[in-house]
Amino acid sequence: MKPVFPLLIAACILLSAARAQGAKELLQKVKAKYDKVDDYTATAKMKTNVVFIKAPVATIKVYYKKPDKIKIKNESGVSFIPRGSANVNMNNVLGLSDFEAVEGGMEKTGGVNCKVIRIFPLSDEESITRATLYIDESRLLVIRSVISTKENGTYELGMSYKKYAEWGLPDKVELSFNTRDYKLPKGVTIDYDNGTGKEKAGEATPKKGKVEISYTSYIINKGVPDSVFN
Amino acid sequence: MFIELLKIELYKIFKRPRTFIAFGAIAVIILLVQFALKVNGKDFVQFYTDSQADTFDIPYEKILNGYFVCVAVLHMILIHVPLLVALIAGDMISGEASLGTLRLLAGKPVTRTQLLMAKFSASTVYVTLLLAWMALFALLGSLLIFGTEDLVVFKETDLHIIKAGDVIWRFFAAFVFAALALTTIAAMALMFSVFSENSLGPIVATVCVVIVFTIVQQLRVPVFEETVNPWSFTTHMLGWKGFFYVEKNAEGATITGSIENPAALLRSGLILTGYIALFLGISIRSFNKKDILS
Repeated sequence: MKPVFPLLIAACILLSAARAQGAKELLQKVKAKYDKVDDYTATAKMKTNVVFIKAPVATIKVYYKKPDKIKIKNESGVSFIPRGSANVNMNNVLGLSDFEAVEGGMEKTGGVNCKVIRIFPLSDEESITRATLYIDESRLLVIRSVISTKENGTYELGMSYKKYAEWGLPDKVELSFNTRDYKLPKGVTIDYDNGTGKEKAGEATPKKGKVEISYTSYIINKGVPDSVFN
Repeated sequence: MFIELLKIELYKIFKRPRTFIAFGAIAVIILLVQFALKVNGKDFVQFYTDSQADTFDIPYEKILNGYFVCVAVLHMILIHVPLLVALIAGDMISGEASLGTLRLLAGKPVTRTQLLMAKFSASTVYVTLLLAWMALFALLGSLLIFGTEDLVVFKETDLHIIKAGDVIWRFFAAFVFAALALTTIAAMALMFSVFSENSLGPIVATVCVVIVFTIVQQLRVPVFEETVNPWSFTTHMLGWKGFFYVEKNAEGATITGSIENPAALLRSGLILTGYIALFLGISIRSFNKKDILS
């Protein structure tokens, strides 16, 4: 009976190592797909759904350049763009070099059966502390991601793909993030009391904000000047 | 005959140098605010957005545009304009009494009601011209200096972004509403003026009433919130701001051309109109019964 226990442990270690290897291989395949895009300029509509912000639907431009430059600009108006929107670029996670990856089974996300991969960066320099990717294995696309950062909390992204799926570029991204209460000191703004404040006082305020970006077009690999990201 | 009376009253108002002090003061204040925001505007915007700077990329330069500066200017000076209105309207009857010309005036072949309405109308014209002057400096001046962009309105617990193309009509409506609010002050000052023999009393009384009710309103004490504030004219005088509060749809996007609570604005407008009618009614009744001895 004695040799059985060490063998069991060895089998477990080998199995988990194999699973980690499998997870990394899948991530490599996904990365290879996303790597086809060196840069892009996208036009999109952005809806902001944050409890304390009333904003119109904005027409925005999204600029991306490998490996991790991304800029979202509202060129024809004012928008409060969440800092976590930088994570719209999947290379933030897929571009990690020093990390551990663990398979977390299968889960249905957005109607698609996805493989769950949990990623743990090993370097202290990385701004991401952990990430969970929900990957459609057949199309090698990230359908959902939950990314925790050191400074800006946790962001959740849901992505749907249509026209630009072969490039790994989504048609629609839903970004959820944590928000803080917005409150100015009393008497600063001297608001007009139109009765809406009293209605809101009884409601529980959600602490999650959401931004929905619907892409209308991409210009892929045609070059993006560095000046755009300044 | 009424038009003739109005012309005479307007001539009297605009003959006095102190009338133009108000125009000068408004121009100077607006220019100072515009200069300060041109130099330190980012700090001003930061004050409102600081708590969200970690979560959002704040477009400070874009927020600081002509529309935003104009709203900031109006926010700062419209609270003080009642004083300038009281300076003129509070002097309309009592000024004549102190100069000894009221008896002469009342002896003209016009009714006292016509006389009082002419004085009230002249005060209203003064208020309208003062606001037009303010609009010229605050809106046109700010647009020339800071340019146009979407307007961001900061409230105590939320912020509203309004598309640039949906803003101008709001300013027009806000100025019209502000004219109604300041006409209420003019009617009150005129009412006090009927009861006084010197100008200082009605002017000080008007300013004191505005200050007291503004303080009561800002105290936010439940007992006042439930009793005084819903009917206080100072609460409803802020209605001009209501044109810059927009409504959003179920998905969180603002609705172009919308007002957050138009019914509240209508109510405020009616309450202010009611106050004007009340103050004028008291003035006419008292002036008609007044024993004019000077």
